Amino acid sequence: MSESGFSLSISNPDTGGLNTTQKLGLTGVAIGLLAFLVAAFGPGTQQPLLFLLVGSTFLTVGGLVFSYQTYATKPKGIKNNHIMHQTLTNRGLWGWVLGIFLTGIYVLIYWFPQYLEHLIRVFDPLSYFLRGQQANQWFLYGTFYTGLVLVMGIRMIWKYRHSKYQIIRTSSVIFFQLGFAFLLPHIMVKLHQPEYYFSYFWPLDYDMFFPNTTTGMLNSGTLGIFMLAWGSLLFFIGTPILTYFYGKRWYCSWVCGCGGLANTAGDEFRHLSDKSLKAWKIERYMVYSVLVLITLITMLLWVNSYTEGAVFGSATQTLVSWYGFLIGAAFAGVIGVGFYPILGTRVWCRFGCPMAAYLGILQKYFSRFRITTNGGQCISCGNCSTYCEMGIDVRSYAQRGENIVRAACVGCGICSEVCPRGVLKLENGPAKGRTGTNPIVIEDGKVGLRN
Amino acid sequence: MKVIIIGNGIAGITAARFIRKQSSHDITVISGESKYFYSRTALMYIYMGHMKYEHTKPYEDWFWEKNRINLIHGWVGKINTSQKKVNLTNGDILEYDKLVIATGSHSNMFDWLGNDLNGVQGLYSLMDLEKLELNSKDTDSAVIVGGGLIGIELAEMLHSRKKKVTLLVREDGFFRNVFPKEESEIINRHIREHGIDLKLNTELKEIKGENDRVKSVITNSGEEILSQLVGITVGVHPNIDIIKDTDIETSKGVLVNEHLETNVKDVYAIGDCVELRKTPEGRKTIEPVWYVGSMMGKCVANNICGVKEVYNPGVWYNSAKFFDIEYQTYGNVPNEIGDGLSNVYWEHENGKKCIRIAYDAQSKEVKGFNLLGIRYRQNVCIKWIEQKLSIDQVLTELSKANFDPEFTPRYEDKLAGQKV
Repeated sequence: MSESGFSLSISNPDTGGLNTTQKLGLTGVAIGLLAFLVAAFGPGTQQPLLFLLVGSTFLTVGGLVFSYQTYATKPKGIKNNHIMHQTLTNRGLWGWVLGIFLTGIYVLIYWFPQYLEHLIRVFDPLSYFLRGQQANQWFLYGTFYTGLVLVMGIRMIWKYRHSKYQIIRTSSVIFFQLGFAFLLPHIMVKLHQPEYYFSYFWPLDYDMFFPNTTTGMLNSGTLGIFMLAWGSLLFFIGTPILTYFYGKRWYCSWVCGCGGLANTAGDEFRHLSDKSLKAWKIERYMVYSVLVLITLITMLLWVNSYTEGAVFGSATQTLVSWYGFLIGAAFAGVIGVGFYPILGTRVWCRFGCPMAAYLGILQKYFSRFRITTNGGQCISCGNCSTYCEMGIDVRSYAQRGENIVRAACVGCGICSEVCPRGVLKLENGPAKGRTGTNPIVIEDGKVGLRN
Repeated sequence: MKVIIIGNGIAGITAARFIRKQSSHDITVISGESKYFYSRTALMYIYMGHMKYEHTKPYEDWFWEKNRINLIHGWVGKINTSQKKVNLTNGDILEYDKLVIATGSHSNMFDWLGNDLNGVQGLYSLMDLEKLELNSKDTDSAVIVGGGLIGIELAEMLHSRKKKVTLLVREDGFFRNVFPKEESEIINRHIREHGIDLKLNTELKEIKGENDRVKSVITNSGEEILSQLVGITVGVHPNIDIIKDTDIETSKGVLVNEHLETNVKDVYAIGDCVELRKTPEGRKTIEPVWYVGSMMGKCVANNICGVKEVYNPGVWYNSAKFFDIEYQTYGNVPNEIGDGLSNVYWEHENGKKCIRIAYDAQSKEVKGFNLLGIRYRQNVCIKWIEQKLSIDQVLTELSKANFDPEFTPRYEDKLAGQKV
């Protein structure tokens, strides 16, 4: 048999098809999508409430019915059958269709919202209710995003319902997306306060420390000052302390909305991340460059602000625009989510997020977090590496009996779930000697286990 | 020095890697199964679509050249120990200074009528998996013979492709020749929960065919079960095919001493194909498991690189997963507790988790752990067994052993509450 491209199980396996309940669920999803599609052609502007209710109800209920039937009616356990057989999850036909579709949606939202006009109008009733003003493309985006995290989060909980860690973690992600990244900022707008996201701060919220933003907040009363203080506190004190005790996971897979989407809606694409050594090299160059870049830009802006533009003129503003376009929009949005079905779910988190870079440095050098390996029990099967969304070759550590201490690890805990031998455990413990060593040792002429 | 290793499983590859770590010897690994090392234990996940073949390779393809380990994808035809040469079936002849035999196992097959029909197969190699793909295509129902680790894997695999699966088990419970009654019953229930037709106390009598393909299976009770595929998973035996015609001594497997040397100078054997002349305490002479292959690979590397080592595997451990229930064992827990042993046992009310700790009835020294659905730390359990800790002490410190994920409910106090 030949080695290249050799993949045994792609020979048209019978995956069994769908049952009636699953078909009903999918029908609901399709009707919901159709409702929004019809609305986008014009009717959305005339009857927004009708289309909003029909579209969102069918999408939500349909999605939940399908997920319940797919996961919750089966015995508890890992449900990865046929992931590599389906074109949607294996970079096949449906994977590419979805990838191109999602990418297109992002392009429309970021740069051509005028084409979404009628669809945006559908969300006016909700926007008036929550924000007290008309919807725009960002409200449309935020609502879909939060809805996806909610529905797919419930699906995630059904899928991993044998695991308390996954249930609690997913609930946390849903809570922060729904409350802190959706409801709270909108309600604040309705109360005529600045729109503020309490769970986003520098460097992910990259303009927080820009001179304009900072002075703007300082000039907007007590709440503005509080918000600036809150953001600064989280960056300078909260993040180092929490990361020391729990690792970067406290943010990346418990709070952050990007991580939230990846770990709910993106769950079926997590295995598509690149595990090669080469990809790890690229990751290190890229993600730390972005952190350096945004730090530099922020500093330059302050220099420029003090010197009143004498040194750099409008050059810094150009830098900001380019950063916003390339990193903030193209990378975080278009590639980050649009390419889920092609590059996996955490492309942004792994290669581009400056917040992840900052957290990663803390995790690598100042943290009690590690993934512990259980002695010599690893059978090198590869499930842990395959399902690591951050592209960490977990197996390369596990099979040597070494603990895993990697800047990239977001502590989602899936490696520990999919391990068929119970070898991996996410743990917080003494920071000293976190990187364990090989448990199988040969000493005094005896092969044995290190205690 | 030229080292040739026959077989690129975990034993052969571990040997190659550790010889490279310690020396600049010329290392060649020969395998007919695959050019690159892959994890045999992951075969089931390829079939079920959890992974592709490429995911089961623990090292990227550039690794071997970078570490100067030559890989030959081909079959060995003959070994000539007097001239220190290995003949490949493609006609190539290779010379060696040291030879390591790591040829693994073959699936057991008994003399059942019809066992040569198409659709009858075992599960051990990539070739078997390829065969399974072909056989699956026109299979609606399958019968699997054997109540062991591979049998249940094959059942799970075929079940994932929506085949109707019947599992024939000779004993009165699954894995009963290893498991005490309670553990076995947990898994019996779980197998049935997944919709597998588990037939206990049942043996295969005959396989009936039609046009050279399996048509049905007759059991010892005379029942006929229609099926197009018969999985034979009744254990494995050492693969000594290419050793038989040499002066290397064999019995069931390749006989080796405590340094993993055969009777022929400069020829070693490791892994599944080995039969130890002297049994280490608490172990068996033939142990076809992953972990043994790995430990023997390291030991033989030392012996070849001039550090005389005795193969001493220490306290037995193993693990498996039966559908959704994980299994770990440390030390020795026999299938019948008796013979001077006593034990504490706790089972979750959901009937899917249990802990059993066996100890010496007289001295109270702890002897072994069986765990289903619960993870324990290997180093802690093995240390307790090695140090002969008393069961009372183990029970008071038991929470130290727990390795379950965060937030998982703990049950150690349920055991501590038991009278010893």
